[in-house]
Amino acid sequence: MIGRHRHLIGLEGLSREEILQVLDLATSMKEVLSRPVKKVPSLRGKNVVNLFFETSTRTRSSFEIAAKVLSADALNWTAAQSSTTKGETLLDTAKNLEAMRPDVLVVRHSASGAPNFLARHVGCSVVSAGDGAHEHPSQGLLDCFTLRERFGSLEGRTVAIVGDISHSRVARSDLHSLPKLGAKVRLCGPPTMIPLGVERLGATVHHDLRTAVEGVDAVVMLRIQHERIGDPLIPNTREYSKFWGLNAKKAAEWLEPGAVILHPGPINRGVELSSDVADGPRSVILDQVQNGVAVRMAILYLLAGGAGEDRPEKVSA
Amino acid sequence: MSNPKDVVVIQGGRVIDPHGGVDGIRSVVLRDGKVAEVSERVEAPSGALVVDARGKWVTPGFVDLHVHLREPGQEYKESIATGTRAAVAGGFTSVCAMPNTVPANDNTSVTELMLARAASAGLARVYPVGAVTKGRKGEELAEYGELRAAGCVALSDDGSPVMSSGLMRRALEYSRAFGLPIAVHEEDLHLVGKGVMNEGATATRLGLKGVPAQAEDVMVLRDLSLLELTGGRLHLCHLSTAGSVRALREARRRGLPVTAEVTPHHLALTEEDVAASDYDPDFKMNPPLRTAEDAKALLEGLADGTIDAIATDHAPHSPEEKKLEFDAALNGVLGLETAFPVCLARVREGFLTEKRLVEALTVGPARCFGLPGGTLARGAPGDVAVLDPTASWVVDPMRGFSKSRNTPWKGRTLTGRCTHAFVGGRLVHETGDPR
Repeated sequence: MIGRHRHLIGLEGLSREEILQVLDLATSMKEVLSRPVKKVPSLRGKNVVNLFFETSTRTRSSFEIAAKVLSADALNWTAAQSSTTKGETLLDTAKNLEAMRPDVLVVRHSASGAPNFLARHVGCSVVSAGDGAHEHPSQGLLDCFTLRERFGSLEGRTVAIVGDISHSRVARSDLHSLPKLGAKVRLCGPPTMIPLGVERLGATVHHDLRTAVEGVDAVVMLRIQHERIGDPLIPNTREYSKFWGLNAKKAAEWLEPGAVILHPGPINRGVELSSDVADGPRSVILDQVQNGVAVRMAILYLLAGGAGEDRPEKVSA
Repeated sequence: MSNPKDVVVIQGGRVIDPHGGVDGIRSVVLRDGKVAEVSERVEAPSGALVVDARGKWVTPGFVDLHVHLREPGQEYKESIATGTRAAVAGGFTSVCAMPNTVPANDNTSVTELMLARAASAGLARVYPVGAVTKGRKGEELAEYGELRAAGCVALSDDGSPVMSSGLMRRALEYSRAFGLPIAVHEEDLHLVGKGVMNEGATATRLGLKGVPAQAEDVMVLRDLSLLELTGGRLHLCHLSTAGSVRALREARRRGLPVTAEVTPHHLALTEEDVAASDYDPDFKMNPPLRTAEDAKALLEGLADGTIDAIATDHAPHSPEEKKLEFDAALNGVLGLETAFPVCLARVREGFLTEKRLVEALTVGPARCFGLPGGTLARGAPGDVAVLDPTASWVVDPMRGFSKSRNTPWKGRTLTGRCTHAFVGGRLVHETGDPR
């Protein structure tokens, strides 16, 4: 259980305390990952099923490693078809998997609300690994973890999220978590990529990158998906890159010296982020990947019902 | 002298007949399938069917301009027999059947089949609506003269807009030869895109793709503008936005020949109900549920007569089409069996008068398409609804008369229910009838 929740569908419904519960446990989990033998028996005998209806390498691998480090058995089920195409319905697929008795079903789906739908119809815990443009809670948590690790606390910090906010589940999960930890959020992108009413989620909206990143402690750069070009949200990547992309020159001129750059990956190098920034000293992108495993270990541990006595810090390697 | 067995006396109820200007305790006599008398004192002849309506409302049978009976072609969702059974259970004695059947009702053989099935079911009167364009494809005009001769009362490509302005102009012009109204489903598909709910802060929060209110508004404005050029009769289906109501009010003020309907769900639910339902596709329909401000504008438009009629847009779908991700589920909800109590709740909230509610369910819609009924005038069809405005009941989709179960009201307690329905003087529904 994460606080009072049996599922992790999104961060909107999580309180500050519930978010901190995951982040604090993830700190212990990260220590496990630094050991020579990266294996603890906390979830021995538990089954984690990764049910992915959208291709994903990073998130699926991260959940898989997290499960394995905790000694859970992980099964990857990649379903190319959703129920909009011919084939099994989402519910049938989930019911079939449920019959195999998993403890946690990790699901990624292109339809917003698909994890909510599954949580209503299956008996095991459901973890969203991203649904449509709704939420990507483990990404939101790992962003919080990475920023907290860097700054000690998010209290009074400001984070800018730049890119296609309309289609971004990462932006929504960040918006539902960062402010609960005391950070302010600015959103930036071309007006065609800013969804209606997003200010009501507690962010300020900017269309000019320079003002958006002025004085911030961190910038989350979102991937520009090629299918959006000519959607017609933007004319082309060249113009996008010129006005909303970040390179070393802009970073040096516009950002505070201590400001860091995050990106949920995979990066479109040269579009939203130039290589000199992605690989430069401000980048915490690879920290995010490493922290992602620790955060997902914490999520699986809490939801698969690891017993209190089995907390990893008490388990010898 | 007619056989007393063909006489019905509905005694002691509160008769509300806005067409006749009646609102008071009266008895209604039906004889030979027609309304024979509405008066304060009536002696029931022996052998007559007597209904004690004390404490109830007695109104003209309701007229629904917009139902999907799914026959021919999609009988797994609904049939003319089950759909008209649901209709009379909700107090609707006349229903207009939309032409998005399979095949589409764009030719006389489909119209004739619908009328034959309706006759053999013997429940609500069915008035087929023919297609505006062949196959509802928005490319070529259908045969309006033939369709009218076969029994169609209006034309519509409902489910789809007529996207071509040029074709819409010709449809309005050509329909004038046959006096058929064109009932339009207003949505600009380019603005709709892949949207599945109202665009705005709620859709943004849920991560669902939005449909802006302007997708409807621009088409309403286009067709009102075309109507000035062409004449003809325009009927706006299932309005959902404040902008549409504003445009319609202005057009009516200028005397344009336009009428309009609104659904119970757009009067009663908003996008917030989609959020509260946790992505339940039984809250997914087209047009989508809008904002509280839109619902208020619709209620005001209905109250002041800008909008003529309440129409259910009864749209049955099977669980296989609804028990899915929100994006994947089909649009549409049931409406016939819940319309009266849902709208009566708006009366109790003070948005509508009782008289206006009954008017918008009876003579209002009847006038839009020039249908008989909707009145208790002497000699009118013997179509009557007896309604208990205080009966509370819990909506159990498994116990409804429709073949389908896709209602957003499932599990909710509603107040107000049709206890008896008469069509042509025949009792076709009584509370407690088994499914």
